[in-house]
Amino acid sequence: MTETSGGLPERPLSPHLQVWRWHITMACSILHRATVFALYVGVLLLAGWALALAAGPEAYAGYTGCLGSPLGKLVLFGLTVAVLYNIAYTVRQTFWDLGKGFTPKTADMTGAAAIAFAVVGAIVVWVIAAQTGAL
Amino acid sequence: MTKSSSARFRTPMSRARGLGASHHGVGHFITERVSGLALVPLALWGVFAALRLAGLGFDGAAAWVAIPHNTVLLSLLIVVALVHLKGAVQVVIEDYIPDFTTKTVLVLANLFVCVLGGALGVVAILKVAFTGAL
Repeated sequence: MTETSGGLPERPLSPHLQVWRWHITMACSILHRATVFALYVGVLLLAGWALALAAGPEAYAGYTGCLGSPLGKLVLFGLTVAVLYNIAYTVRQTFWDLGKGFTPKTADMTGAAAIAFAVVGAIVVWVIAAQTGAL
Repeated sequence: MTKSSSARFRTPMSRARGLGASHHGVGHFITERVSGLALVPLALWGVFAALRLAGLGFDGAAAWVAIPHNTVLLSLLIVVALVHLKGAVQVVIEDYIPDFTTKTVLVLANLFVCVLGGALGVVAILKVAFTGAL
């Protein structure tokens, strides 16, 4: 090993999903990566929305019709959760960067808080949407 | 492991510095943190914007996009989100794809998708802002 790597230690890759024992902090980390991919699609959907708007009333009606369908609404609700979760996670990471929040108890608590904020926040946003006639 | 690729591209100095699997971790890390912080207010604004836009039809949406601060914030949201997500997805690729060729193809595909999506989105927003509803 040492000879084939030129006398230098091989650096480890990140641990894969199967090597973890379930815990809230590990679930938060994996959920964060999963929501990143959801938001990747979400931003491309936003760019598509802008293209539809630029293409004219018919394209726009078709596009918003898709987004407003039951499946579209499910996707949009998921994206609302993902956006809010990432906002909470960024705040959590910023405290980590400052060297705070690493004790297991605090990390568990902030992880649970991030998930709760995302779920409750998304429900609140959609209740507001329903009440303002946006749905 | 990726002995062949790392042996080819890592100079003794880069090994001594120990910059990890992607060879330039610090700049990437700072870009992710700064764009992430910028996205806290931008994404919250985006949620409110979406609530607003959902109630408007084509004419209302086009007029809304043409208001200068909406034009700017919407463009910034797309650009900053794609900078952030491009970096985030690249890390996942670098973490889990050890094969050099596959990894390079995926990293470049990720870059191209983000740049193309961002350019299309921003140009579409500017077109609506400058020329109004069709």
